[in-house]
Amino acid sequence: MSLTPDDVRTIARLARLAVSEQDIPRYANNLSRILDFVAQLDKADTTSVAPMAHPLDMSQRLREDAVTESGQRELFQKNAPQVEAGLYLVPKVIE
Amino acid sequence: MPPRFLIRFHDFNMHTKTLTQLARDLKAHKLSSEELTRAYLARIEHFNPELNAFITVLRQQALTTARAADACIRKGDAGPLTGLPIAHKDIFCTQGVKTSCGSKMLDNFISPYDATVVERLNKAGTVMLGKTNMDEFAMGSSSETSFYGPVKNPWDPTRVPGGSSGGSAAAVAARLAPAATGTDTGGSVRQPAALTGLTGIKPTYGRVSRYGMIAFASSLDQAGVITCTAEDAAMLMNVIAGFDERDSTSVDRPVPDYVAALDQPLKGLRIGLPKEFFDPGLDTRVGDAVHAALSIYKKLGAAVRDISLPNFPLSVPTYYVVAPAEASSNLSRFDGVRYGHRCENPVDLMDLYTRSRGEGFGAEVKRRIMTGTYVLSAGYYDAYYLKAQKTRTLIRGDFLEAFKQVDLIMGPTAPTPAFKLGEKTDDPVTMYLNDIYANGVNLAGLPGLSIPMGFVDGLPVGLQIIGNYFDEARLLATAHQYQRETDWHTRIPQGYE
Repeated sequence: MSLTPDDVRTIARLARLAVSEQDIPRYANNLSRILDFVAQLDKADTTSVAPMAHPLDMSQRLREDAVTESGQRELFQKNAPQVEAGLYLVPKVIE
Repeated sequence: MPPRFLIRFHDFNMHTKTLTQLARDLKAHKLSSEELTRAYLARIEHFNPELNAFITVLRQQALTTARAADACIRKGDAGPLTGLPIAHKDIFCTQGVKTSCGSKMLDNFISPYDATVVERLNKAGTVMLGKTNMDEFAMGSSSETSFYGPVKNPWDPTRVPGGSSGGSAAAVAARLAPAATGTDTGGSVRQPAALTGLTGIKPTYGRVSRYGMIAFASSLDQAGVITCTAEDAAMLMNVIAGFDERDSTSVDRPVPDYVAALDQPLKGLRIGLPKEFFDPGLDTRVGDAVHAALSIYKKLGAAVRDISLPNFPLSVPTYYVVAPAEASSNLSRFDGVRYGHRCENPVDLMDLYTRSRGEGFGAEVKRRIMTGTYVLSAGYYDAYYLKAQKTRTLIRGDFLEAFKQVDLIMGPTAPTPAFKLGEKTDDPVTMYLNDIYANGVNLAGLPGLSIPMGFVDGLPVGLQIIGNYFDEARLLATAHQYQRETDWHTRIPQGYE
């Protein structure tokens, strides 16, 4: 499995990662190497094997639909890069 | 001229004592928590510049907590851990304290709340000395991917301490803290413990709450501790283990008293030795050390038998599909909007996302996010992710089969002693293979532990003990009784005695 520079650009875009042009060949190289390495899984016979998503056989726990948290907007927004009147600011999305 | 407290500290050799011994001394009023805390802070100040084990040191906060602990001890309401200093891996959220996860992305993040592990240890009266350095977002096996620079191994500063909990391991190995927390997604507690001559336990998945532990791969992540002895680890496990409704995969099941169980006899214990652990990648001298350790267990009345985990060689490739897939999803929360790094002057929302993430994450984190994105993308999901979920079933199945015949599985923790800084940074796969004996345990969700079992070229090597689900008490007892027969765990690296 060999990824081209264009493949890397596509993956980076899907992952919302800005990757500089000069780093693209190195990522193409590294990622190809990783994919080649994991390709050895192909040799394993997994016919009729159930996929495992979670180590323990347990189901999702449910809880009462009750309010357990208090509003802490100001505290949480102390970590925000840009806020105004309790709102998170981002560049204009809708013209 | 070292500070006054450093001299007194050395006079009393407090730093050579275990957490258990220090607890006894505190209770007997032989020393105060403030003295102990000042002494460790002095050692951190003196030694941290060369080791880079800490990202944040909490001098004032630690002294305030220590004085409060002393007041508790005087009044007679102290618990087993009251007044004992501890360091936390910087992956655990700590209220009002920077929680960076070793990343530029969170360099400016002050956590608004405590992780459950931290909350429980605070409530138990421990004194937080600071936050330890780590591989960025716990992605690494050498603690070299940190935004804050690499951690050095106290046994040889030209070598890595392992990772990702390398700061915790280096801090305890150099006796800058008597114990530290860590997290283990694919070996990140056990491998650094092995490479620095310490005891490290990764409990069963779901045994310790993940709440407030910054997520890497949610079906694999588990909190643990790095200590000098199994007895010390048992003391901490008594506090951190247990159900937490804030973690949806936390298991509601009674927690045994791990300290009380340390002396359960080993006679009749059945130990399995998987032949797959003795592969060509294993340094034969590490293999010899495993056999030497097994001979001690035989002397203690255990029976050793050869077993096979035929699918175990699939664990690293399986891990490097599952873990990056989960990471790519978990790390999508870092968007430059609500917290974390934001790029300068974004032109639009897409630019804000991509540049904030591109600047905030380091190379290894980007590689894993991209690997995960690829294996989950349309057209590749079945070939990679679904396939890896199936091989994961096979890997767990081998363990379940083995535990029908044996009580515990033993082998090396890592294939070699600590490697040189920079030795494995060029090729990610070479680095990944250092966790060849560790990854499978996380994929199966089993508890694992590493204890020091000797030295190769003057560097410590670790014995890995793997148990059945929720069998931590037996793991700790088995480790403890080895440590009563050996003194590897008492060795302190030269220059830090």
